[in-house]
Amino acid sequence: MEKPLTKHIMQDGSQLELKNYVQAGGYLVIHKVLKKMSPADVINEVKAANLLGRGGAGFSAGVKWSFITADKEAEPIRYLVCNADEMEPGTFKDRLLMEQHPHQLIAGMIITSYAIQANKAYIFLRWAYKKSETVLRKAIAQAYEAGYLGKNILGSGYDLDLYVHTSAGRYMCGEETGLLNALEGKRAIPRDKPPFPAISGLFGKPTVVNNVETLSNVPHILENGAGWFKSLSLTGEGGTKLYGVSGRVKNPGLWELPLGTPMREIIENYAGGMTNGYKLRAALPGGASTDFIMESQMDVAMDFASLVPLKSRLGTGTIIVLDDKTCPVAFIHNLEKFFALESCGWCTPCREGLPWVEKILKSIEEGNGKESDLEILKFHTHYCAPGHTFCAHAPGAMEPLQSGLIYFHDDFIRHINEKHCPWRS
Amino acid sequence: MLTEKEKYEILDEAKLYPYPSAACLDALKIVQHRRGWITDESVSDIAALLSLSTEHVDGVATFYSRIYRHEVGRHVILICDGISCMIMGYEPVYEYIAEKLGIRFGETTSDKRFTLLPVSCLGDCDHAPSMMINNDLYNDLTLEKIDHLLEKYV
Repeated sequence: MEKPLTKHIMQDGSQLELKNYVQAGGYLVIHKVLKKMSPADVINEVKAANLLGRGGAGFSAGVKWSFITADKEAEPIRYLVCNADEMEPGTFKDRLLMEQHPHQLIAGMIITSYAIQANKAYIFLRWAYKKSETVLRKAIAQAYEAGYLGKNILGSGYDLDLYVHTSAGRYMCGEETGLLNALEGKRAIPRDKPPFPAISGLFGKPTVVNNVETLSNVPHILENGAGWFKSLSLTGEGGTKLYGVSGRVKNPGLWELPLGTPMREIIENYAGGMTNGYKLRAALPGGASTDFIMESQMDVAMDFASLVPLKSRLGTGTIIVLDDKTCPVAFIHNLEKFFALESCGWCTPCREGLPWVEKILKSIEEGNGKESDLEILKFHTHYCAPGHTFCAHAPGAMEPLQSGLIYFHDDFIRHINEKHCPWRS
Repeated sequence: MLTEKEKYEILDEAKLYPYPSAACLDALKIVQHRRGWITDESVSDIAALLSLSTEHVDGVATFYSRIYRHEVGRHVILICDGISCMIMGYEPVYEYIAEKLGIRFGETTSDKRFTLLPVSCLGDCDHAPSMMINNDLYNDLTLEKIDHLLEKYV
């Protein structure tokens, strides 16, 4: 099984140094791309590889890049932004790639910037990732020194400057246009679309925003070709995926596996199954804003297309396991409290709806709920659905709630009838 | 008044962007790093330096969770109350620390040594429960670990 993203990751947790990366053939691909390929060649290769966005939305990276005008004279300034604001609850995959393999990300950003003909790129980094910041800043300085960044990279005539911007904590910064506002030093509220960032993004210029894991895949695609990348996955979507599992499993962690690996295999074989004394009930496949998958459904392939018939999403691919000793109402309440707090307040359904949902869930959990409360919750899953809100925040918040109301209906009813949480004695 | 050093650092950071106003959040972080929190005076000073309105700067300052517009203690304890930490038991950790320090979330000890705050998911879910004290991450927390940890911060 090939693991391009993690094959050089050191087991002791240390970062891969520049000299080791170069020794392993890393950055060689930069020579090939900058000297032998046109930006259009790069875009076509990544399009053919079917690299889908690993931040959660699953949009084709190559297609996204192709929306940037090829006319450099008409639009001389354009930007690449790496979305490293990993803040989806239950998600911890980009941290590994930044803390331990910074040059892979930098190489991906050089190639992507070249493909969209950007001469400036930013890494928008989450405030909490202090080690990532230290490692990335050092790696960028090394890359400048070695001639992989700066003016006239490797004598190719191509210039690129790469900066790290650390944020100050807000989930909305992960939303593509909210992130752009944050990077411009403003409140991270989402922008109206269209125009999409490819037309008018950072500082009003054409901009591509890609996730850390997406960009980290790019050097491997250009090195080994689109056909190779597609052959890595078990299903039609190309590549491997960094899957994670957290919760009451024996061995929580991260594993790079072929895209499309079944959820049950990840939980049983890699996370070691449930901790003794705990039973598996359900899981969120890819962070807080994805719908529940029940134990009986877990043979599903973990890729973008396969989870759709189960009315869920791959999201970030980091699984959160719900065990039998954790109250599902408390679980959902925890998620909705997070979403209510993190609402930016820009549009009414989200600003007013999410705190309402949170308060109702709290009262049910505390034994003060009524059966009519369930109708109000259900109403919100429609009212905050896509098309009713300014961005994807409230619709994402509704995903675990709408599936939870169906799958855990009996648990909700028990809280209401017994007037206390059955999990709290 | 901003110090010369603060001004220098802010204007140096502003060079990364096409407009100095984009360094608004960086400016807040630079001042907070030196002074612990952001006073009304600092908001006005930053606004003047970057040619922004005080309302704009305050709007940014109050939007981001890690910019403090109230005084905080010398050390800020951030306990993750995200979903993975809930499953793995952040509540006993919180109750233990809250009892030991005599403060709840949002409060500061009377000697201004610690401020206790919740934080949403630290991205360390495979080692839950987790917390940060200042810039330091601590994980796989147990009650036994906590006494020893707090002692390091005087």
